[in-house]
Amino acid sequence: MSVPVQASEVPDRAIEVEDLAIRYHGKLALSRVTLHVPSHEIFGIIGPANSGKTSFLRAINRMDLMTAGMEVSGSVRVEGRDVRSWRNPYALRQRIGVVFPLPVGLPLSIYDNVALSARLRRTRKRADLDVIVERCLRRAALWDEVKDRLDSLGSLLSGGQQQRLTIARALSQDPSILLLDEFSIAVDPVTTMRIEEVLAELKSEMTIVLVTNLVQQARRLASRTAFFLTGELVEVTETEAMFEGGAQDPRTTAYVEGKFG
Amino acid sequence: MPEVAHAADRRDAAWWVDRAVRILVLAGGLSAIVFIAGIFVFITREGAGFVFDRFDFREFFGSPRWTPTSSHNPTYGALALIAGTASVTGLAMVVSVPFSLGAAIYIGEFATGRVRETLKVLVELLAAIPSVVWGFIGLSIMNPLIIQVFNVPVGLNVLNAGVILGLMAAPIMTTIAEDALKAVPDTYREAAEAMGATRWQVTFKVVLPAARNGLVAATLLGVGRGFGETMAVLMASGHSINLPTSPFDSVRALTATIAAELGETAAGSDHYGALFTLGIFLFLVTFAINFAADVFVRGGQRKHRRRGRRPAASANP
Repeated sequence: MSVPVQASEVPDRAIEVEDLAIRYHGKLALSRVTLHVPSHEIFGIIGPANSGKTSFLRAINRMDLMTAGMEVSGSVRVEGRDVRSWRNPYALRQRIGVVFPLPVGLPLSIYDNVALSARLRRTRKRADLDVIVERCLRRAALWDEVKDRLDSLGSLLSGGQQQRLTIARALSQDPSILLLDEFSIAVDPVTTMRIEEVLAELKSEMTIVLVTNLVQQARRLASRTAFFLTGELVEVTETEAMFEGGAQDPRTTAYVEGKFG
Repeated sequence: MPEVAHAADRRDAAWWVDRAVRILVLAGGLSAIVFIAGIFVFITREGAGFVFDRFDFREFFGSPRWTPTSSHNPTYGALALIAGTASVTGLAMVVSVPFSLGAAIYIGEFATGRVRETLKVLVELLAAIPSVVWGFIGLSIMNPLIIQVFNVPVGLNVLNAGVILGLMAAPIMTTIAEDALKAVPDTYREAAEAMGATRWQVTFKVVLPAARNGLVAATLLGVGRGFGETMAVLMASGHSINLPTSPFDSVRALTATIAAELGETAAGSDHYGALFTLGIFLFLVTFAINFAADVFVRGGQRKHRRRGRRPAASANP
C-alpha cells in the first residue's frame, strides 16, 4: 500500500523530518529527530562520532533499503512527499546527491565517472554528455586539473581530486538536495576552502545538508545548525547564535567551544 | 657499560626462533620451485630421446595419424589429439563461462545472508567432486541422453565431454570469479547505488568493469583445468582418433592418450618418448595459460593499487 501524496503546508521546505528514529538490528542509533530544512539553505549538522549524523543522511535517500538490519521509523518528507511512498527509490536517489567522507573515484575514467549518472538515465549522445561532464567538473573546481586526461582512471587521482570528482559526480545528477557527509576528512585545507566556496555558490540552486566534524566549517557555511549527541537531536539553532553563546543547551555551547567531543 | 654492550649482542630464544622460522618457510617456498622444476626436468628428459631422434615437427603438429603401435610404420601425428582436446575444452568454456559468471554474479551481488552462504558452500562442494564421478555421469547418463535426444549412434563425443567438462570447471571458475567480485570495494557499490543506480546497473556499469581482470583470470584458469583434465574426458569423449567436424564426433584428448597408453609402452621406446613429448606440450600450454591468468590478475591489482589507500587526514583549517 502506498502512502498518499501529501502536499506540504510550507512548500519551500526541502526536507521535513518528524519523529525520526533509526535502529540497526533493533539497536537504537538515532531517535526523536524532528527538523525542517528550507529550500536553498545550507543546513549544518555537527556532533561527535556515533551521534547519528550519518544515519540521518542515510534515511533521507533511503539507503536503509541497502543496509542490512537498518530500520527507519517516523517520517521523512522530501519536497513534501514521504520518501517511503516513492515506489521507485532509484528515482528518489537520483534527485539527491551524496558525498561520502572518503572520496570514491569509481574505477572508470574521469569522464565516465561524471557521465555515469546521465548514462543511467539514458543520455547517450556524446555531445550532451560532454556538456554535462565539463560543466560539473568546472563547478567542482577540478576541470583545469583534469581536462587533458579525462580518459585516465578516476580512482588514480589524488585524494583531494577524487573528492572533487565525487562532488562533480553528485552534481551531474542535477540534484535538488545535496548531502555532504564530512566531505573534508580526506581533503587538504586549501582544497577544502575551494570546495566550500563552490558550496556557497550552489546554495542558490539546491538544498545542502552538511554533516561535518569541523564546527568552524558549519559556522562558515551553514545558516542553521543542528547538534546531534549520542543518537539524539539536542537542538537546531541559527548558526551565528550557536557560536555566539546563544545555544539553547549548555552541551551545545560546550561542544562548539571545544570542551568535549 | 659492559652490561649494555652484552644485551645488544645477546641472541635470545626469540631471535633464534625467528631465524629458524625464516629458514623453514623459505624451504617451503623454495620447494614449490624445486617440484615444478623437477617435474619439468623429468618429463623433458624422458621425452628428450624422442624429440631429438624421431620428432618431426610437421608430422607432430600437422598429421592426424597417431599410430604408435604399428609394427612396420609407426606415426606420431598429434593433430587429432590436439584438436580433440581443443574442441572439448572450447565447448566446455561455452558451457561453463555463462554458468559460472551468472552464479558468481548472483552469489556476489544479489544473494544475501543464508542463501548466499548456502550457495557458496554448495559450489565449493561441487568443485570437490572427483573427476571419475563426472566421467561416470558422462558414460551412464549423458551417453544415452544424447543418443535419444539427437538420434545419433554414439553418445560419447565432443558434446558429451564438453558438457561434462564445462560443468566440472564451472564451480572452480565460479569461486574465483566471485573472489574477483568480492575484491571490488563496497564503497564503489554504495556510491553508485546512492546515485540512483539499480542493482543491475551497479553490477554492469561499475562492479564488472572493476573486476574484469579477475574474471578473465577465472576463465583462463577454467581453460587450464579443461586442458589438463584426463579421466572425465577419457570416459566421455569416446576416445577415438578423429578430426572432429561436428559435436557428435568422438575424439581423443592428449591427456587421455597419455593415461591410456603409457602403461603399455616399453620405457625408452619411441612410443614412450612420444607420450612424454605430448606431456611436454601439455605442460607448456598449461604453463602459458596460467601465466596469462597471472598477468591479468596482476594487471588488476596494479589498476586498483590505490583503492585501499587513505589519503592523509587534513588538519582543522
